[in-house]
Amino acid sequence: MSTTTLGDGRLRSHGPELVTLSRETRAPRRRVRVPRGIERFAGVLLLVGAWQVASSTGMLSADTLAGPFAVGKTGWHLVQDGTLTSAMWVSLKRVLTGLAIGVPLATVLALLAGLTRVGDDLVDAPMQMLRFLPIIGLEPLIVLWFGIGDAAKISLIVFGVTFPLYINTYTAIRALDPRHFELARTVGLGRMGTIRRVVLPAVLPGFLTGLRLAAAVAWLILVFAEQINATNGIGYLMIKAQQFFQTDVIVVGLAVYALLGLFSDAVVRFLERKALAWQPSR
Amino acid sequence: MATEPVTAFLRPRVVNVDGVARRFETRAVLDDVSFELRAGEFVALLGRSGTGKSTLLRALAGLDVEIEGHIEVPACRSVVFQEPRLLPWARVLDTVVLGLRGDDARQRGRGVLSEVELNGHERDWPKTLSGGEAQRVSLARALVRQPDLLLLDEPFGALDALTRIKMHALLQTLCRRYRPAVVLVTHDVDEAILLADRVLILGDGRISLDVPVDVPSPRLRTNHAFARLRSQLLAQLGVDEAAEGLHESPVKEYVS
Repeated sequence: MSTTTLGDGRLRSHGPELVTLSRETRAPRRRVRVPRGIERFAGVLLLVGAWQVASSTGMLSADTLAGPFAVGKTGWHLVQDGTLTSAMWVSLKRVLTGLAIGVPLATVLALLAGLTRVGDDLVDAPMQMLRFLPIIGLEPLIVLWFGIGDAAKISLIVFGVTFPLYINTYTAIRALDPRHFELARTVGLGRMGTIRRVVLPAVLPGFLTGLRLAAAVAWLILVFAEQINATNGIGYLMIKAQQFFQTDVIVVGLAVYALLGLFSDAVVRFLERKALAWQPSR
Repeated sequence: MATEPVTAFLRPRVVNVDGVARRFETRAVLDDVSFELRAGEFVALLGRSGTGKSTLLRALAGLDVEIEGHIEVPACRSVVFQEPRLLPWARVLDTVVLGLRGDDARQRGRGVLSEVELNGHERDWPKTLSGGEAQRVSLARALVRQPDLLLLDEPFGALDALTRIKMHALLQTLCRRYRPAVVLVTHDVDEAILLADRVLILGDGRISLDVPVDVPSPRLRTNHAFARLRSQLLAQLGVDEAAEGLHESPVKEYVS
């Protein structure tokens, strides 16, 4: 190849210009490297610091929003006198009971609808219709049916949990690969064997996605239900605090809700990591 | 494989296909297919694409219920599909012994896995296997049942050329050991001659050619009998070697 004169007058000889690709050229090194975790934590710290400064200087009155320090102190007192722990336990129990009823219910309904034609006709159509009901709007009816006790709160949670779990599980069953069923036939798996070895494992990812949604919905509904009418639980604690302008207690309640939600999400994520190790994307 | 046609004739019949037809809508993919298979016989089923090779194989596997005509096959038969069809959530050994009963199932599974040179991979997830390894798992799953009829639906079609050569050798070894009757669906004429005792060609919904493979082993592509049979099969499949420029040197073509 001969030499060419480029537009800017530079001489170019023997083929195209070459560049070196290496780690350095692709991701230029920063001079100071702060670990990601610390950097993210610093953001949170900054926010809480600003909040504390606003409270201490009186810009933010305690009646509007208690400062982080006051919230921490109140939280600690509530733990020590047992109020918070017992309220937490009551709330957690409601969510767990709701899930314990809703999860098997949704699973059985999804299997019925997904695996049998009669089930599909009888179960899926009404489920697809009912899922557009705003669950929280059922509250007045639920109170008429179950009163204002635990049964009302739990049944509201059951309603809320069942739909996302049903939809996700049913969709996963519908998306089963027919070639896997063919395989099951050629290796002589019976109906139960096919369900156990092919259907259930294949549906598990969809089911767990549904479970995560369900857990989130369960907490959401609990917060709502406990603030309408309750005589115990975290929501009750917060409503009572509202009457006495105890914003610190309200913030403690919010924090506990958030932590419990985070915890249940972590539990499902853990299950996913353990049970879905086979997935190509993991 | 070294099967004497004379003795093959004496062995019991394991497959009897008589007047089989299969229509999709109005199109008859299979019109009137009839053939027999003796125990331990290795048959390659050739045909241009769309001639119903896979349809016929699925019928033999019992996966097609809308077939017309008479089909007799052994109760114990296995299928290897073109894709390995492993269950992504089942570890290798669990996949191999899928549907198998008995206390010694896992032991047998381990044995067959080592025969396909996969010992040590028992607890692997399918996602970690290469294409060749996955297809060997699939082959192990088929053989662990010690089938009387092994159905192979273009099992090497998706593999690279080098892996395919190794798989051919492995299949020959294993067939000599397990002695199933084999139906190999393929579109590769060389593969058919290399492996089979007999070649069937499917065309216009019928068996249009049924020839024994009388090529002495080792079956090299340079061998005259190999080349002659190859020309005959290609002609039957509607490919004119001379016109297509395939005739010059099979070796050269193979190397390039």
